[in-house]
Amino acid sequence: MKKPLLDIKNLRLSFFTPAGEVKALNDVSISMQEGDVLGIVGESGSGKSVTASSIMGLIAHPGKITGGTIDFNGHRINEMTEKEMRKIRGKEVSMIFQDPMTSLNPVYTIGNQIQEVINLHTDLNKKMAYERSVELLELVGINEPEKRLKQYPHELSGGMRQRVMIAIALACEPKLLIADEPTTALDVTIQAQILELMMELKNKVNMSIIMITHDLGIVANMCNRIVVMYAGKVVEEGTADEIFYNPRHEYTKGLLRSIPKIDSERHEKLIPIDGTPVDMLNPPAGCPFAPRCGKCMKICLKEMPVYTQLSDTHKSACWLMQKEAFEQERRAVK
Amino acid sequence: MNRVKDMNKKPQNALIEVQNLKQYFPVRSGLFSKKYVKAVDDVSFHIQRGETLGLVGESGCGKTTTGRSVLRLYEPTDGKIIYNGTDITKVDMKPYRQKMQIVFQDPYASLDPRMTVGDIVGEPIDINKLAGSKKERNDIIMEMLQRVGLSSEHANRYPHEFSGGQRQRIGIARALAVNPEFIVCDEPISALDVSIQAQIVNMFEDLQEKMGLTYLFIAHDISVVKHISNRIGVMYLGKLVELADSHELVFHNVHPYTRSLISAVPIPDPASSRKRKRIILDGDVPSPLNPPSGCRFRTRCPYATERCKTEEPKLTEISNGHYVACHNLDKVTANS
Repeated sequence: MKKPLLDIKNLRLSFFTPAGEVKALNDVSISMQEGDVLGIVGESGSGKSVTASSIMGLIAHPGKITGGTIDFNGHRINEMTEKEMRKIRGKEVSMIFQDPMTSLNPVYTIGNQIQEVINLHTDLNKKMAYERSVELLELVGINEPEKRLKQYPHELSGGMRQRVMIAIALACEPKLLIADEPTTALDVTIQAQILELMMELKNKVNMSIIMITHDLGIVANMCNRIVVMYAGKVVEEGTADEIFYNPRHEYTKGLLRSIPKIDSERHEKLIPIDGTPVDMLNPPAGCPFAPRCGKCMKICLKEMPVYTQLSDTHKSACWLMQKEAFEQERRAVK
Repeated sequence: MNRVKDMNKKPQNALIEVQNLKQYFPVRSGLFSKKYVKAVDDVSFHIQRGETLGLVGESGCGKTTTGRSVLRLYEPTDGKIIYNGTDITKVDMKPYRQKMQIVFQDPYASLDPRMTVGDIVGEPIDINKLAGSKKERNDIIMEMLQRVGLSSEHANRYPHEFSGGQRQRIGIARALAVNPEFIVCDEPISALDVSIQAQIVNMFEDLQEKMGLTYLFIAHDISVVKHISNRIGVMYLGKLVELADSHELVFHNVHPYTRSLISAVPIPDPASSRKRKRIILDGDVPSPLNPPSGCRFRTRCPYATERCKTEEPKLTEISNGHYVACHNLDKVTANS
């Protein structure tokens, strides 16, 4: 098999807060090949954004990686210094954020902010950098690019700002683009524009994408592989078809049952997932989803489930998938 | 004025009737010129008793403003709001506040952090003097908390001790405390986690069944609105552009804006989203300060003609209960 572009192995990450240690990532392993569009799905606090930040080397105090490795494109990211990290951040891997209103600097023009990346990572001269930024704005579908370069972020609409963010992220043609809820703050018609743009650009500049979102619809549209996270753990991983048509973790199943589908003909009652999200300060022992799970067994409350490999691409961390554990429980009930 | 007559004819059992509602907000610009944001511009609809009317549209289209104007949280610039046969556009709202309630979008900002949950739910009871004694007040609070799936021990706690979903339940309990007939639900689930949204949606449905409530359900998530509503209205820049039965609106919509809006909703199913033809609109929603002349959607509409520039399309009934405002219906439907 080809060497993966990104390989995260057994990553552990904690935030040391005054109230105690919050284990934001608990033994997370994710790997992706070049050309993949990987979706990371989960609710707030599931660790999806923290995973992204750790790939970018953007974990700040009081967060700390406590174990595991991150390998990206020949670099071991968790062992790099800030100085080394700066050389690849924005060049080989870049990120776009949820809120285009706050992630652009309000006191610099759009042109300034795009050219900053180009000046930092390439040896293009001033004129060439300007031409490149015009080209980038055209690439992301902004009309009158020369005029826009002189404008400030507040003069642009939300969708435009997100396009500028994408232009900045693509300035050096990165291998990997991480999109952290890129369309959550946008309206659906604008969301459709941005998502289409991202897929178009992916093919044009040949990059891979990590799409972080809570919207299962977006993932179904864009991603070929999906990672489902819950309480700092990867609970299920598979191809889009495996996750949507053959989900094997109770949380994934519950999520899919609980969302209304616009194309369903009949009015079906939604089946919600009971309970509330995990309190990350006091996570339950054993499987984090056990307290909300309808098929919870005794072992689930005591021990963290192991992964069951269901196909080459599909794995699930659920005791129900482990034959032995399941049989044992059944005997005990009898 | 044909339209108003039409709308008047139908609703024999209408609890809420909105006629030509206009809500303009003044904005300062220059010394002498006064400009207005026409947040809601000539919108008419009715809601039957026990019905849920959904309102969808993108941010800034006026759906929240409509909801608030109906409750007279804003004083409408023009138009009429008729509640249960009485024109309430100019009257003292106090007796009606008990019948008409609202649930807000943000469960973090809409609860007073310094009041206990019991007091939050109890406040409307006190204001409307619904309880004769302390015990009676307490009983109502407990009943409301139970009705929204919280327990009595929660009454002594403060909002910060609850998760987003639970806070939204508290907000709903507060709205229910006065035993209302009509509730405006203003994006009540968009701030919640996906796994919690279904709980709250189901609760709205159960409560409606049990208490015979009437909802105006405002949200931008069309899948959810379709799920909960009997009829759906689509708004664009302060105008109602299409209004129909929710099934009809999702499967047989005709307004070009509705079409692109619905085709833009991502479907959580890889196979059907691969097959799907999406209509991607160009550009952004224009500023409501300077809306386009004629049809407000024309700047983004693939079917726009000269006529759309000069003449504003009227909301007209094309089939039973299906209203659309568009000049080029024949062209749009020919293309489907």
